[in-house]
Amino acid sequence: MIDIILLIIILSVIYMIGSIIEKNHFKKLKKKEVEYIKLPAVGFGCKNWSSNKQIKDVGIVCGEAAIGCDYFKMFVSNLKSFFGGRLTSVESVLDRARREAIVRMKEKAKKIGANVIINVKIESTMLNECEQKNMLPQCLVIAYGTAIKYE
Amino acid sequence: MILTNIETVPGYKVVELCGFVSGSTVRSKNAIRDLGAGLKNFIGGELKNYTDLLRESRDEATKRMISQAEALGANAVINVRLATASITQGAAEVYAYGTAVKVQKTGN
Repeated sequence: MIDIILLIIILSVIYMIGSIIEKNHFKKLKKKEVEYIKLPAVGFGCKNWSSNKQIKDVGIVCGEAAIGCDYFKMFVSNLKSFFGGRLTSVESVLDRARREAIVRMKEKAKKIGANVIINVKIESTMLNECEQKNMLPQCLVIAYGTAIKYE
Repeated sequence: MILTNIETVPGYKVVELCGFVSGSTVRSKNAIRDLGAGLKNFIGGELKNYTDLLRESRDEATKRMISQAEALGANAVINVRLATASITQGAAEVYAYGTAVKVQKTGN
């Protein structure tokens, strides 16, 4: 009985802290995305780039992010995967990691004064996949693309 | 050394093909940092140590690829790709590969 009460207390505390952290992170991401909206990042499949402007500099830019999945999310997704369906709690972790990586890539591109990023690719991996029950997965994401600077 | 992840270098012309180059590295943080990250992971949020780990390993892999390309006498690497894999707990592998070429600046 005490075990169950303790588990519920721990879960509710982690839920509160985790949701505050997540909310703040989403707020920060939204602010940064608006800030960098003028720097276009063209996605997958843009293999050639031709423009009338003189090209001054070409280089690769990367952004990386590592976001952990908290205990409450893992508990809920374990319960939910028994019945199947959308695991919304884990979706948001992946979403945060990818957006954070793209924002950091744009940050670096802006620092070197690039005008456009083309052929953006996103590479992701999970550390500590949930083979063991007490392991919490962590999502590592690298976003990279070719930054082009005009004269 | 010019790196791009598209098939050409904008503003340049490929004059010679040098070959396939690659570089890989497996890195991990120390046990204390792993423990810290594990505690941080319990409540969720960003794991700064692992972000640093990822950046360091990406730098190292790219550096190795570049040194291989320099040995072949190339001055650019095109079609660079990064691949990641998790080996064991707390260790990340980053593999960078591309095609080493010699390029020449064109008019526009």
